Order: sequence, then structure tokens, then C-alpha cells
Amino acid sequence: MNSYSATSDTLQTLVVIGNGMVGHHCVEQLVERGALAHYQIHVFSEEPQRAYDRVHLSEYFSGRDAQALALGDIALYQTPGVTLHLGRAVLEIDRARREVVSDAGRLAYDKLVLATGSFPFVPPIEGAEGDSRLVYRTLGDLDRIRDAAKNARRGVVVGGGLLGLEAANALKSLGLEAHVVEFAPRLMPVQLDEQGGQALKDRIEALGVSVHLSRGTQSISAGSEYRYRMNFAGEDFLETDLIVFSAGIRPQDALARQSGLELGPRGGVAIDSQCVSSDPHIYAIGECAAWNGGIFGLVAPGYQMARAVATQLCGEDSEPFMGADMSTKLKLLGVDVGSIGDAHGATPGARSYRFIDESSASYRRLVVSADGKRALGAVLVGDNSYYDTLLQYVSNGIDLPADPAGLILPLGEAAPALGVDALPATATVCSCHNVSKGAICSAIDGGCSELSELKACTRAATGCGGCAALLKQVFEHELSARGVTVDKSLCEHFAHTRQELYAIVRVERIESFDALLARHGKGHVGCDICKPAVGSILASCWNQPIMDPALVPLQDTNDTFMANMQKNGTYSIIPRIAGGEITPDKLIALGAVAKKYELYTKITGGQRIDLFGAQLHQLPQIWSELVDAGFETGHGYGKSLRTVKSCVGSTWCRYGVQDSVGMALVLENRYKGVRAPHKFKLAVSGCTRECAEAQSKDIGVIATDKGWNLYVAGNGGMRPRHAELFATDLDDATLIRYIDRFLMFYIRTADRLQRTSVWRESLEGGLDYLKAVIIDDSLGLAAELEAQMQLLIDRYQCEWANALQDPEKLKRFRTFVNDAGGDPAIRFVEERGQRRPARAGELHLIPVAEELN
Amino acid sequence: MNTLTLERTRNAVEWKTLCQRTDLVADSGVVAWLDGAQVALFHLPLSGGEQVFAIDNRDPKSGANVIGRGIVGTLKGELVIASPLYKQHFRLADGVCIEYPEQRLRVWPVRLNGDRVEVGLG
Repeated sequence: MNSYSATSDTLQTLVVIGNGMVGHHCVEQLVERGALAHYQIHVFSEEPQRAYDRVHLSEYFSGRDAQALALGDIALYQTPGVTLHLGRAVLEIDRARREVVSDAGRLAYDKLVLATGSFPFVPPIEGAEGDSRLVYRTLGDLDRIRDAAKNARRGVVVGGGLLGLEAANALKSLGLEAHVVEFAPRLMPVQLDEQGGQALKDRIEALGVSVHLSRGTQSISAGSEYRYRMNFAGEDFLETDLIVFSAGIRPQDALARQSGLELGPRGGVAIDSQCVSSDPHIYAIGECAAWNGGIFGLVAPGYQMARAVATQLCGEDSEPFMGADMSTKLKLLGVDVGSIGDAHGATPGARSYRFIDESSASYRRLVVSADGKRALGAVLVGDNSYYDTLLQYVSNGIDLPADPAGLILPLGEAAPALGVDALPATATVCSCHNVSKGAICSAIDGGCSELSELKACTRAATGCGGCAALLKQVFEHELSARGVTVDKSLCEHFAHTRQELYAIVRVERIESFDALLARHGKGHVGCDICKPAVGSILASCWNQPIMDPALVPLQDTNDTFMANMQKNGTYSIIPRIAGGEITPDKLIALGAVAKKYELYTKITGGQRIDLFGAQLHQLPQIWSELVDAGFETGHGYGKSLRTVKSCVGSTWCRYGVQDSVGMALVLENRYKGVRAPHKFKLAVSGCTRECAEAQSKDIGVIATDKGWNLYVAGNGGMRPRHAELFATDLDDATLIRYIDRFLMFYIRTADRLQRTSVWRESLEGGLDYLKAVIIDDSLGLAAELEAQMQLLIDRYQCEWANALQDPEKLKRFRTFVNDAGGDPAIRFVEERGQRRPARAGELHLIPVAEELN
Repeated sequence: MNTLTLERTRNAVEWKTLCQRTDLVADSGVVAWLDGAQVALFHLPLSGGEQVFAIDNRDPKSGANVIGRGIVGTLKGELVIASPLYKQHFRLADGVCIEYPEQRLRVWPVRLNGDRVEVGLG
């Protein structure tokens, strides 16, 4: 027996029951802290999906699917030593034999973590069943709500708490008339006081959600106008097609009851401050646990418990769980709601400051101690911009200013915001991941010089995200306190932003990287960050052929060889198929080329055809055949226009109102080859049915019976964003003028590799500002932007046609300079009638580790 | 057809001609065979003196032979090549990967001998 298997024999088994947000966080923390050296971890989940973001559940109806809601990286559960049992409920815990029982059999454990969460409480009401007894907690619940909503007009949520209002939002986004029925005399009775509840009610009703307070449902019977009738006390009733109960949660403690663990007075697995239950081998965390008799129905305390358990299991010193801050900041139905600390002023002697604005239904309350020195709590409705500052005053016991009322008064010119420098090092910035200001400072001292790096390294702002703005402030403040002006340098060679470099290139008429580096940079080589960025700026300004010798070394391999490198070092080729329109002859020509060179062929999302598997030395031959057949390069490799997708429009479609293909061709041929900070895509739909999906594009054009509606700054992909309506009923010339200006303004002012969606979100002044610049010409730039775009369009040429005419340029397309052949290491296998790269296991080769001398 | 020239030097290093100077691309890379190994050659005609580097063409992270198609740059003053697939950087001087120091590429001594690009063996 070798030493490795001896070690694995000594591994203990750790079972985690429940893969919700808290259970997932526990596993993540365990793996991060090295638990796999001591344990093999088995995670059981009753639900068929791995952990997902329950906090943002209502976004499931506004476009985020289960995949997008999933938490963390799937790789966590593929780590050797971690086994995830999805869709497998644990039926029983046999504490005497230390085994868990599921329908797959028994599994012995050394340590067990209960993270079973909670279930929605449905009061026993006569007649509540099926679609009149829906709940709102899991993705499965949401699917049932969606099914019930199919033939429904109206939906009611019972419960006006936080989750109830989220559920009302979900019903609204399903297109239902939404009502909220609350037993208490106000909304969110736990977090809000009377005026706060009133302000929230006013705002929500203004959004079209009806609120019925002080109503207890006695029974549910068949309705006359709608499917059901909810009968309240007296003669009062409300009819509806479906009912969602969100009247509170109950800890899911069935396994604890079955196995005889001690419970809290109102249920839940009783735990001590180490999160240990009455059985020393069993921990409980999250909403199934009762600490000091109480259940914590928020994610941050659950994460705190998960961390406490993970640290103990890894043999580290753990911070005991001593209760949690139940402060919350939310956007409910688009309305800001915040509740901090003692929101009700229950502390003896507490006094309050209140600000009420009935015209906009805003409300703010600050609760202070009897001596007026400390903030104890706060309530916010309508504007959460006060939240971060108030929370810091409350949770860090910072001395209040002489006039505390200033903290909740409308922010005038002299805003009394608490500077982040006033925060002590112990101040918690991110409560989800328990990241203090001190931890952020040491991460910065340890070399984190970018916000994204800081987030990755401390995990701050990666939970609920509520602290993102505060984190950014702390980050920028700390950097400048260290004498670093917030470093927006492109890289170590240029202490300029992309925008600044763009301006320099244009003003000084610089046409080469070397000239720019000599005048404004450091060193004489550059790097893989600044070279492509400057290459793109030069192209955006002057549009010289990218194959010019001075420009070639600046480009990524894709731009250098005008094709897209794939994982095995071969390239894919995407000829331009403008607007997705192609003649049969050209289609045949494409097929013939693909067949001749054995290229894997796939249709892209942009209505083009991608040909995969060409080696470097084959590219010129393939392209000379494509150019002969009338094709141009499609710039699939460039930070430039990709495609203009279109539907067939009025030419063929009975619904079409304009010639969308014609317009797509005009736009694609106009902007092809234009280099930008990142790739950009357009689409043109021939009517409001939007078959070209224009609202997910950087620029979307949708036909109306009077002309074109223009949408901007949409995106698909990893972070989808609906494009925003920018201008309506434009004629052809105005449409093109606006797009010229928009694109050129983006090219001038965006960061390196910043898509239009992110750029638009970073623009101060937002869409209104953009409209002022593009439509009203508020900066007096319009003529210049149009002229610059015209220069780029006039200088367009097909890069492949250009390269094919120049033997010097073609010399680069050699796999080896001392051999005419290809790379024998590139191997293919056949699958579904085409070639694809062989996987390592299919090569029957053993990788040789070469010894280095 | 390539010419292979053998030559003895004082240090008993064997120099082998891989290609001609005109095969190199300024500030960028090309790839040549060397006895069954793929060698990426980078040519830096810098103001401080012309330099050529030879480094293994195989990217250990992807297993693909692509290093010769990366971008040359400097990181903290050291010349590096960025792999075109996953963008990790290798020092041209000794082949050590900046991000994953356990990944190390083989490097060879190179010299320009007239118009010939020669790599040292041994």
C-alpha cells in the first residue's frame, strides 16, 4: 500500500444536508480552507438544481434562468473529494450509528452539517389548495406560479413582508394584476414603522399593485368574476385567479425532530454559539438553526454561521456566532427600502428624527440613543442612498454629528455624508462575506490595485452586492490615501486611460505604436495589454490596413491572422454574410470550400457560417477561394462590427412594416471594419414582433409604420441587458446619422474592452445625457463625429483581399518557416459526420514531461 | 528546403541554422522545426541592440503549439511572451511562467550569424 491511499483511508466523511445559499457557502468555505485534506464531503440536495441565488428569485421571471441564478462555479462540485447528490432527499438521520439514510441507501458520517433552510408557512385556511395555495421559495415553486399564471388575470399574495412584496413583483412581471393582502395594519411590519409602511404602500400602489391591510383570510371559495374568492372577516372579499402565500417561514427541522435533536422554543435546531446542536457531531446553520431561540431569515447571518462551522472543521479558530445584524437594504418592486438596527425605537429612552415627503412618498427615520450621541436604528423608504452612511453610524458606534437630523435630510450641496475615512478598521463593509475595512486595506497593501481584483481576493460585494458602492468608495479613498491617484492606467507602459490615449492619438495625429510609446509611454516594447488597445485606437482613428508591418505586432493572433484561434491552435473563418442574406451560389461555394479543406461547419448566432479547423498555412489558400467566390472578411476576429442580424421584413412577412433586410445591408456595409473598444453587434427587425432580437444588441433597429425606432446599449451573453429606446419613428437618414454619432462617441470615450452596455451604465447622466449629446448635439460634437465615421467608412477595404495581393504579408502565414507542412500535433476525430479536435484521451498518447536543464 | 549548418564554437556549443533573418518578423514571432521540436523565434530589433529569442512553441496549459503566435511585451521590465489562448506570460530569458512558475518552457540560445538564425544545442 502506498502512502497516498494510506492518507485517503484516514479521511473522515463530512455530510452537508441542503444545498441552498448557506449550505453552498459552507462547502465553498470548507474547500477554500483546505477541508479536503481531512474530509471527503458529501452534499445532499432535495432540489434538482445546485445552489442558486434565492435573494434574486424574482428575476427568474424577468429573464434570468436557473443557470444564471446558480451560485458560484460548478467546478466546486467537480473537485475530487466533493460529491453532490442532487434531487436526493435525506430521509432519516441514524444518530446511534452515525449514518444518513436516503433512497440511495445509508452513508456513514463523522460530521454532519444541517443546512436544510426553511419552508413557507401557509396558515390553515379552508379551501386553500392547488392554485389557491401556491408558495414562493424554490425554482419549482416559481414554475408552478408561472403555470398557474398562464390563464390568469389577477394574482394575490398573502403577506406584505419582504418576500411577499418580492412575490408581488414576480406576479407583476408575469403580466398579472397584482394584489397584496396583509394581516398587520402595515407593510413589512418587522422592518418598518407606521409612516414607513404608509410611504411604501403609497409608492407600491402608484406602481399598480393594490395593497389590502388588516385583512385576515377566513376561507377560500369559488369566485364569480375570477377563479377564487378570498373571504375576509365581515362581508369583505377579494376575487383572484391564483393565491401565493408568503406569510412567513418555518425552519425545516424535520430531520432534527425525527432524530431527537434538541429544538428551539419556536422550532429550529437548537445551536450554541459554535453552531453545534445537542449532538456534538451535528452542526446546524442558516434558517433551520435556532440560536438563542431565534431564527435568522436573512442570508448574511446564515453565511456567518457557515463560516463559523467551516473554520472549526478545518481546525482554525472560529469566531463564535453571537447573533446578527438584521439590517436590510432592498429594492422591492423598484422601491428602495432600508431598515437598520432598532428601526422601531424600542430601546428605552430612544428618540427619533423623521423626514416625510408626501409628494414623492419618501420617508426616513433615524433612531438615536437617549443622550443623542449614538445612532441606534433607521428606516428608509424611497431612497437608499442614505443607507451606507447610517449603517456605519449604527453598527460601528460612530459619534453622531451635532445635528443628527442632517443625516436624513435631503442631500443639499453640502451633503453631510460620512467620509469613508471616518470608518474604523473594524467596520464591516460586506456583511455577506464578513469583510472589514481593515481586510480591504490589507488586500490593497498586498497588491490589489483594481476593484475587480479586490472583489476576487476579499469576496467583498460578491454576495448580495449591496455594499458595492461603499466598497468602491473605500477602495478609491484608500488608494489615494496611499498616494496613488486611483490608477486608471492602461498598463505599466502607459499612465493614461484608453480615452486619454485616444485623444492624444487624434490631437497629435500619431499613426504608430512606437511614436505613441516614445512620446507618452515607458520602455520601448509595450505588452499584450497596451499593444492591442493602441492598435485598436489607431484603427479607430485612421483605419489603416491592419496587416501593415508596423501594425502587425500589435495585434492579438486573431487580428494578426484575420481568423479566430481555437483551443487546439487551429483557426475558424467567418466570411461576411451581410444581414444573413446569401445566394444559393454563394452558399454552395462556402460548402465546397468547407468540404475541400475538411472544415467543421456551424451556423453562428449572428446569421453567419463559421468554418473551423484551418491551420495557419491554409488560411491564404482558403481565403483566395472565398474571395474568388465573392466573399469578404467578416471581422469575426476583430474588436469591430460583427453582424447586423435581420428578419425577412416587409418583403416576405405578412406582419413586416419596413424592409429590414435592406436596412441591415445598408448598416452592415456602412460599419463593417470599423474598429471599436470592443466588438459590437446590430440587428434590424421589420416589425414590433422583433424576430431579429434587436433589443439584445449594441444597436437595435425596429421598424414602425412611420419609420424606425432606435435602441442602444443592449447586450446578450454573460450579462444580458435590454437595449434602451433612444429615438422613435426616424427616417433612414436620421437613423444613420444617430448611429454614426453614437458609435463614434462610444469609440472616443469607452474603456478598453468595454461593451456599449457597460459603457452606457458608466456614463454620468445616463441615457438623458447620451440623448443630449447624440440627438440635441449638446457638446457641439455631432458634425465632427459624423466626419470621423465617414473617414473610417471611406477607408474600408477587405483585409483579406488586401493581404492576398501582397506576398510579403502572406509570408507570415506559415506554420513553420523551415517547412511547408502543417503541425502534426493537430489531430482530429470524426463526430456526427464532421471533424473535431481530438481530446487528450483519444490520442492514445502519454504526455511526456520533459526534463529541463 | 532548409539548410542545416553545423559549426563548433569555443564553448563547444553546437549551432544549428534554423532559418534566415528575412524569415523573422520584427517585434513578433515565427516557428521553426529543430530536430522534432517546435521552436518559437522572436525578433526584437530594439534600439538598445537587436535580440532574438528561442522558446518552446508548446503552451503547457492548452497543450497546443501556439506560443510563437503570442504578443511580445515587457512585465516589470522583463521581456515576456503572452500565450494567445489563455494569456499567461512566459519570460523570454528563461521560459519561466510568471503566473504559474511551475510551468516552464524550454529556451535555447540564439544568435544571428550573418543572415542565418542559429540556435545553440548542448
